[in-house]
Amino acid sequence: MKQPSRRTFITAAGACVATTVAAAWPALLHAQMVRTPLNNMPDAIRKLAGAKTISKGRVKLDVPPLVENGHLVPLSVSVDSPMSEADHVKAIHIFTERNPLPEMATFRLGPRAGRARVATRVRMADTQNVIAIAELSDGSFWSDSAFLIVTLAACLEELPA
Amino acid sequence: MTTANVRLDVPKTAKRGEIIDIKTLVAHTMETGFRRTHLGAPIPRDIITTFVCLYNGIEVFRAELHPSVSANPFIQFSTVATESGTLDFKWSGDNGFSATETARIEVT
Repeated sequence: MKQPSRRTFITAAGACVATTVAAAWPALLHAQMVRTPLNNMPDAIRKLAGAKTISKGRVKLDVPPLVENGHLVPLSVSVDSPMSEADHVKAIHIFTERNPLPEMATFRLGPRAGRARVATRVRMADTQNVIAIAELSDGSFWSDSAFLIVTLAACLEELPA
Repeated sequence: MTTANVRLDVPKTAKRGEIIDIKTLVAHTMETGFRRTHLGAPIPRDIITTFVCLYNGIEVFRAELHPSVSANPFIQFSTVATESGTLDFKWSGDNGFSATETARIEVT
């Protein structure tokens, strides 16, 4: 019997692998979708602000533009506000576009904070947009967003049993 | 009540009216509830949901946390040093988790 040449062998093996992957692909995709609930950020924001408009500005969201480790992303938000009894920030909400849940954290502050600045550390499951929304005492909403590139994602990896 | 490892950074003294920065860190896994073991069993959610800071018994800051907050939650905020007294910090969360810590501040 004639030995298959190196070229025919590689082509045949390649075709074999491609067929297997193609057959298994929908199942793999499905597993991924079942595991990750749908993140509906616009809905979450609508629930917060209702019909009110969210203006751009006054808020400064500070995150690194490129994140190596999505498990620990330093995030800080500051709002341009006098923080007086009459005009202060009531709350700062942080939302993400592609983590399993749209809400990240909510910070409630008042005139006794002195200045409107909070910092924390968050997880990022993917390269995505993050939005910080400030809720002011006069009922207005202000926001800032940032785009992050994440190289190592958090949240969805498996744990050894 | 779980005993938890808490780290605080609160100035010991401050001038009246000064804005002081407070940093807090608490040891907690913040298990998201979206992970599975390699056998496919879901790992139940176990996170800190609420953090509160009281200044002489009056709430000055509150945070509501979600699974997107990293393990060992770090929170930094500020408050105006109004009078000498105590700052109480309280974390609470899933499975009855609760941790408290107190710091004293002298205001001159």
